[in-house]
Amino acid sequence: MSASVFAPWDDPTEKPLIRFKNVTKRFGQFVAIDNLTQDIYAREFFALLGPSGCGKTTMMRMLAGFETLTEGTIDLAGQNMADVPPNQRAVNMMFQSYALFPHLSVYENIAFGLRRDKLPKDQIDARVTEMLKLTRLEKFGSRKPHQISGGQRQRVALARSLAKGPKLLLLDEPLGALDKKLRQETQFELMDIQETTGTTFVIVTHDQEEAMTVASRVAVMDEGRIIQVATPAVIYEAPNSVYVADFIGDVNIISGTAKPAGPDKYFVDWGANQAPIVATSERPFSDGQECHLAIRPEKISITMEQPEEAENAVQGKVLDIAYLGNLSTYHVELPGGKVIKAQTANTRRLSRRGITWEDPVWIRWNATAGVLLER
Amino acid sequence: MRRFALIAIPYAWLMALFLVPFLIVFKISLSDIALAIPPYTPTMKDGFGALIAGLDFENFVFLTTDSLYFKAYLSSLQIALISTSLTLLVGYPIAYAMARAPQEWRATLMMLVILPFWTSFLIRVYAWMGILSNEGFLNQILLWSGVISTPLTILNTDTAVYIGIVYTYLPFMILPIYAALDRMDDSLIEAAEDLGCSRMSAFWLVTIPLSKNGIIAGCFLVFIPALGEFVIPSLLGGSDTLMIGKILFEEFFNNRDWPVASAVAVVLLLILIVPIVLFQRNQQKQAEAEA
Repeated sequence: MSASVFAPWDDPTEKPLIRFKNVTKRFGQFVAIDNLTQDIYAREFFALLGPSGCGKTTMMRMLAGFETLTEGTIDLAGQNMADVPPNQRAVNMMFQSYALFPHLSVYENIAFGLRRDKLPKDQIDARVTEMLKLTRLEKFGSRKPHQISGGQRQRVALARSLAKGPKLLLLDEPLGALDKKLRQETQFELMDIQETTGTTFVIVTHDQEEAMTVASRVAVMDEGRIIQVATPAVIYEAPNSVYVADFIGDVNIISGTAKPAGPDKYFVDWGANQAPIVATSERPFSDGQECHLAIRPEKISITMEQPEEAENAVQGKVLDIAYLGNLSTYHVELPGGKVIKAQTANTRRLSRRGITWEDPVWIRWNATAGVLLER
Repeated sequence: MRRFALIAIPYAWLMALFLVPFLIVFKISLSDIALAIPPYTPTMKDGFGALIAGLDFENFVFLTTDSLYFKAYLSSLQIALISTSLTLLVGYPIAYAMARAPQEWRATLMMLVILPFWTSFLIRVYAWMGILSNEGFLNQILLWSGVISTPLTILNTDTAVYIGIVYTYLPFMILPIYAALDRMDDSLIEAAEDLGCSRMSAFWLVTIPLSKNGIIAGCFLVFIPALGEFVIPSLLGGSDTLMIGKILFEEFFNNRDWPVASAVAVVLLLILIVPIVLFQRNQQKQAEAEA
């Protein structure tokens, strides 16, 4: 790995900016955060990803100071935050609803936090102008929030939360209210701004694509626990559980029993009358252990003819074709009823699509294509 | 045409129930007192020409010659202003607490605010006489608990009038403020705190400005009826409680001087209308400047 790669989490000498230590949060009987320990480093773009109710918003609100901890501690830059109220934390938040003050102009909204610090007038003016420029809102300073578009409002909210130069910026579903196209543009804008300002961003989202695009690391959460924390590529290519594999992107899960077949190599028995699947795994499995093979659809190829020399090849019948424009996903039913998704890129505009419904086809994949998981 | 028909209904309503009665009162205020039925002259019976010729501003001039009227207007304004402020001071926290209360309580709380309306206004004011008099409940409790040794004189003073007005008009203050606060997004307060506000400054910088319209509406709803209030000062107030509503009543029913009483009423209306119109124009200008 070259030195220029940003990966402070791999560097044992690096001190984390935020440290969750055995944090538990209970609302009455409900456990929102369950004994969670996690480090987040300076300049990271850290995404908390999970279904609603998984505790990601609670985690963020604890960082902002709006929720108290039931157990455990949160340190920010080495300081325990337990007794620090929200208005004294070097943490700012961008709210899901944006929470722009409707009675104040865009300029005054951005200046709001600076005015609370009793900064001199010219400094406030300079900072607000800088923020307006950063978010390309120079022309809208005198407008009220209800007089600008949704995308502009989102940028005002971002400018306002960045104005005080926080150590940590929290973003609660920041792009949730934007339409898809604007959302994609804004994702890159967010990344640019994060890079220019050097602020640490923690983003909460339920949109896995968004998390994958913007984040340096993604934490996949479920029921108050972090299931896996890793870079987007690792989360996608090497999930540590069926839950993560299933939550991020599309996946085929084939369950069976493992049988060692050489170094890091296993046969997976997955059904009667079927040849075992060959799969590699660095994770050790014992003979007869239950296992789940996760393979992404794009790693399975589909052909009319029986492939030669394939490590894994199964014949099936096309059940469904999902045409997505750039891609086509084929749902192939195997003997025994199991349906496997295989994906091909539509690289040619006017190709003769040879495969159609009910066609007998072969699907194949390499031994390294899938990930063998315990649970 | 359909738009015209739509706005014609409220306009017709206003014409029939506000403008026409006002013009009649205004006409009477320009007439002279007479021992007749109705007790003023000229009337339509004298013919239109004589009617117009017989009108003059004598009664308005008369109002300026007797300082009683000026003092009564001033004192009414003072009482209305003070009691509006008191109602705001009492009503705002109640409205705030209601808006912050758990969702399932709010309907009940709202009911409790409206509940007093189910009893006659007059009976409720009489009830206050029983509470505030020298031998009333309040004094008895205070004497019994040893807070005071001699009964407080509250009934028949301005204090009793304030208590009566605040009590009676409190719902008119609470409801519009509650409506404004209820609409407010809670995350605005969190955003203010997040940006460095204490709880208190978040309240002043965000909650108060955002409930401004509710406060203004509530103040108008209390101030306007309080200014012309008659029942409360005559039942709870003392002989020296001077309010224009009382003067108006006396002119009409004790002196049977309808023209002067009408003049008093017209001036009262002007006192109310001028600030409201000015305020509305100001609001409109602000809205236009923003658009």
